[in-house]
Amino acid sequence: MKGGLGKLVRSENNLFQLTIITVCTFALMCWLLPGTFLTVRNFRSMSFQFPELGILSIAMMLAMLTGGIDLSLVGIANLASILVALSFVKLMPPGSSSGVVIAFMAGAVLLAILAGSLCGLLNGFLISKFNVPPILATLGSMQLYTGIAIVITKGAAVIGFPPQYSVIGNGSVGIFSIPLIIFISLLAVFAVLLRKTNYGINLYLIGANMKAAIFAGIKTDKALMISYMVGGCLAGLAGLVMSSRTNGAKADYGTSYILQSILVSVLGGVKPSGGSGNVAGILIAVLALQFLSSGFSMLRFSNFAKEFVWGCFLLAIMIINYFTSERNKT
Amino acid sequence: MLSPLGLILIKDEDAMSSEIVKAEDIEKSFGGIKVLDRVSMAVSAGEICCLAGENGCGKSTLIKVISGVYPHDGGRIELNGREYQRLGPIDSIREGIQVIYQDFSLFPNLTVAENLALNDQVESGRSLVSWGRVRRIARESLAMIGIDMDIDKTVGELPVSSKQLVAIARAVYCNARLIIMDEPTTTLTQKEIESLFSLIRGLREKGISTLFVSHKIREMLDITEKITIMRNGRVVVSGYTRDFDEIKITQAMTGREISGDRFRWSGNTGEPPLLRTEKLGRSGAFQGIDLTLRRGEIVGVTGLLGSGRTELALALFGKGPSDEGRIFRNDREIVIKSIQDAIANGIAYVPEDRLTEGLFLEQSIERNLFANIYRKFINSVGLLDFRKVRAAASEKARQYGVTAPDISLPVRSLSGGNQQRVVLARWMSTGADVLILNGPTVGVDVGSKFEIHKKLREITESGVGILIFSDDIQELIMNCNRIMIIHKGSFTNEFRSDTLRESDLIDCLNASR
Amino acid sequence: MNKILSKNEFWLFCILLILSCIVGGINDAFWSGTNLFSLFKSSVVMGIFALGVLIVILSGGIDISFPAFAVFSFYITVKYLLYIKFTGSILIPFAMAMAIGVALGLMNAFIISTFKLNPLIVTLGTGSAVTGFLRAFVGTGTLSNLPQPLIDFSRWNIYTETLADGSVIGFSGSFLILAALIVIMALILRNTTMGRGVYALGCDSVAAMRAGFPVRGIYYFIYGLVGALAGIAGIVHCSLIRLANPRDLEGTELEVIAAVVLGGASLTGGRGTVLGTVLGVFLIVLIKGSLILVGIPSDWQKVAIGLVLISATSITAYRAMRAGM
Repeated sequence: MKGGLGKLVRSENNLFQLTIITVCTFALMCWLLPGTFLTVRNFRSMSFQFPELGILSIAMMLAMLTGGIDLSLVGIANLASILVALSFVKLMPPGSSSGVVIAFMAGAVLLAILAGSLCGLLNGFLISKFNVPPILATLGSMQLYTGIAIVITKGAAVIGFPPQYSVIGNGSVGIFSIPLIIFISLLAVFAVLLRKTNYGINLYLIGANMKAAIFAGIKTDKALMISYMVGGCLAGLAGLVMSSRTNGAKADYGTSYILQSILVSVLGGVKPSGGSGNVAGILIAVLALQFLSSGFSMLRFSNFAKEFVWGCFLLAIMIINYFTSERNKT
Repeated sequence: MLSPLGLILIKDEDAMSSEIVKAEDIEKSFGGIKVLDRVSMAVSAGEICCLAGENGCGKSTLIKVISGVYPHDGGRIELNGREYQRLGPIDSIREGIQVIYQDFSLFPNLTVAENLALNDQVESGRSLVSWGRVRRIARESLAMIGIDMDIDKTVGELPVSSKQLVAIARAVYCNARLIIMDEPTTTLTQKEIESLFSLIRGLREKGISTLFVSHKIREMLDITEKITIMRNGRVVVSGYTRDFDEIKITQAMTGREISGDRFRWSGNTGEPPLLRTEKLGRSGAFQGIDLTLRRGEIVGVTGLLGSGRTELALALFGKGPSDEGRIFRNDREIVIKSIQDAIANGIAYVPEDRLTEGLFLEQSIERNLFANIYRKFINSVGLLDFRKVRAAASEKARQYGVTAPDISLPVRSLSGGNQQRVVLARWMSTGADVLILNGPTVGVDVGSKFEIHKKLREITESGVGILIFSDDIQELIMNCNRIMIIHKGSFTNEFRSDTLRESDLIDCLNASR
Repeated sequence: MNKILSKNEFWLFCILLILSCIVGGINDAFWSGTNLFSLFKSSVVMGIFALGVLIVILSGGIDISFPAFAVFSFYITVKYLLYIKFTGSILIPFAMAMAIGVALGLMNAFIISTFKLNPLIVTLGTGSAVTGFLRAFVGTGTLSNLPQPLIDFSRWNIYTETLADGSVIGFSGSFLILAALIVIMALILRNTTMGRGVYALGCDSVAAMRAGFPVRGIYYFIYGLVGALAGIAGIVHCSLIRLANPRDLEGTELEVIAAVVLGGASLTGGRGTVLGTVLGVFLIVLIKGSLILVGIPSDWQKVAIGLVLISATSITAYRAMRAGM
């Protein structure tokens, strides 16, 4: 065996490779867009954009760690944000004092978390208690949650948030945007959860070998249920940030986030078969994606061109991972 | 009659004494590691041979070279007298070499008929399927090995022994001259093994040779005519079976002599037993089980496949729990309805299938060791203290003789024996004093088997009681002080093993059938 | 008799019948020619897709890129045919769309079989790459003046009836295409070595390789076929609605997968039949088409499909779990 450094590079190979990709993307954009990319303004605007994708990607990673997938995340996010929007529009008396508004906002946060958790719980229930393959369970529930959102709103956007609400998505503390602060705190929480708690390690073990996990006495049903519930809760939070930033909620908002969150997870080193992945990978991968996305916007790429690039990027990353894992085998 | 078998017979007449496979000085390396080092072996027509050796000795690699799956790096391969520079799977099949892998390579979702006819269908290059032909081939191939079976059943519904028959019939139909069987008896009962052997003797009469790949010494002596034993990628000895005995084979396989002391229990029958069941039952699986396990005892439970043996083992561990009767620990009644209940009551379980039920192959040795006891290392703020975890894991690994350069390596990188030690160590770390082992040494080589048995005896010295569920009769007699026979879900006999002869136990098992 | 009762298809058929009676009982309009003909018509595109999804699921894979491939094939075909002011045989657009679909499908097969990647994620990637490419580089505008052969095709009825108010309704000829494809697919799956190879592959890919099946070849066959079917479905779709809209068909993958799973195909591979799939498609089409007839607003469509998918998969998964115990 070689020394410690060699081992470190090998075990964190993916992260190392990813950091290089991110730095290269960054450098490329700085070179292509001199004077516009590397500006405080651009960085500020990026720091408002990527946290929602980042939060969804943490949720996606949770599902993929156990060898599953959660296609309903965006559906949950939209449903949660619509419920929040309606609670403001229907329940809050117009012209309320700021005290009432703040109380309602606290309620909104709770509502988003609660709605998200409930939706996630249903996913977890189907997957752990009925053994429904995660793809099918979440494909069905995605349809269900989006459907409920359409039924409530008749497909229209819900608008009419109080101005105070938009602080969540648009405010900042010092140089840090509030979405970024939310995202970073969640990253920290999940880094600790996955690395330093019994539950986190159980998730890895379940993903590595479900049957062995059962025989080891791990309460797999409960662990899975919680992981999908927490995923739903994160999606609810993402919905909160999304609706606050855009000042509206709609049943079919942000559908491309599903592809992007899978892309971030895979790019960040999460194996679709389960059992590996970490929070640091998610952070770097979401940054890489944001650099690309902002750069493309400045280069006047259309959203469609971006979709094309994301698809190709996802395929390219999977193929690169294949080659690196082949090389490691021999 | 012009059946395919008839054709073989005619072809065989002039080639009867010739060598089907002749491998000379075969070399094969993977990533710079020499797996086969100048290995030679030969199988002639109508011979029953055995290729033996511990896991990882290179015997599977040799089989894959002969069947054309891996190209050889050096040496000569002759099949039926024709030399091949670069042997492919198709060449090997065309020369009449058929490999029956442990999983049989059957399709459980398809019918017996289709499974039997598929190879021919693909090989003959037909693009359309004629179902009449499929059924005809199926009937013919079953007739060739003298077996009758419902060809419209799906293979998934068949018992293991019948699946094996389907695999053999398929191989024979494909004009097999040599059938290579990889560990064919692992999942068979004693009786099924005997009928398999008579089938193979029947095939020899028809000029079809068989090469067993096995590490079950007793069986090799029973059936084979020639034995080749490999160790560390080399052939250590090769010759006629009549010149071998068990001790000589074991020595050749492991490179050392293995002592044959039986386990003796010297405990106190007056103490309350560690585990006692009263009329334990689970509908459709077993009933009226009265079992007693005392401190320091090793009790064996054996029975044919489907006798309720595995179900009982699992029920005691809370998976598919019992629905009638009572369970006592030290004379105190307990309830076991889930795996968590069993663990909470100090019961540990080492599953039968290490790879699918016991280990997290891609995860580190440390995680495998502590999978279920991480909560012991939680510090004052509720998080895991990894310094303590590492220290404890290294200590455990040392204690159980797990030889690994680093406990952060994936457990996949360990040998079978080391992997089994990891599972054992995990369970002993839960602080359990009742240990249930289901087939503790299935797929473990002779050397590691011995080490594991030694470890089990060591564990009993601290007062742990062990229940071994196994069909390895030799293992039970050597390591248990009492053996229970289970048949149709009930205990039928109990033996004290110090005076028991192997043949008595086998007779008893077969009589119960 | 027991054999029939244990068949998934039998129960599906019963459910289909009962559901029809319920809907018909609530609203007579269900039994009207207009409604029935339109139900058959709307099952065509979904049915063609479902045949493709069935074969992928049988092989143990999954494909969610086919709606994107269908749109890509028909949009490019129509755009090109308009450009050359095409007036020839209807077979040409079909052949073109099929060829494009096959090419895209082979791309899926190449990526999945060469790099042994998760088909869900691969087809998610190829699907969005293809959609993005189409909309970014080919065009986003709806083409409403289809070439004449396609318009003629949409008017092709095998049976027409004049109603009391003088309007004419017809049983669309496109249903014949679905019927033909159903027969062809059933024959392929039951009576060709390739078809049996799909079942074998879905059951155990290593064993399939050992049996001598050209496993990579089967992957190319499967995903190529899905592409071809997507191309056909695409042309039928745009001809029936007489529009080539690059934003169409998005999200259909869900309904189609729902139909195939409802039809008894197992996501783990190796199990599923053409008959079951067809019944599954009819059931989904029936549910979608009948909501309004029984007085439920069409907003509920997604909820209904979601619930059907969730309950169908739960029941089958739960049964499999109980049987496995």
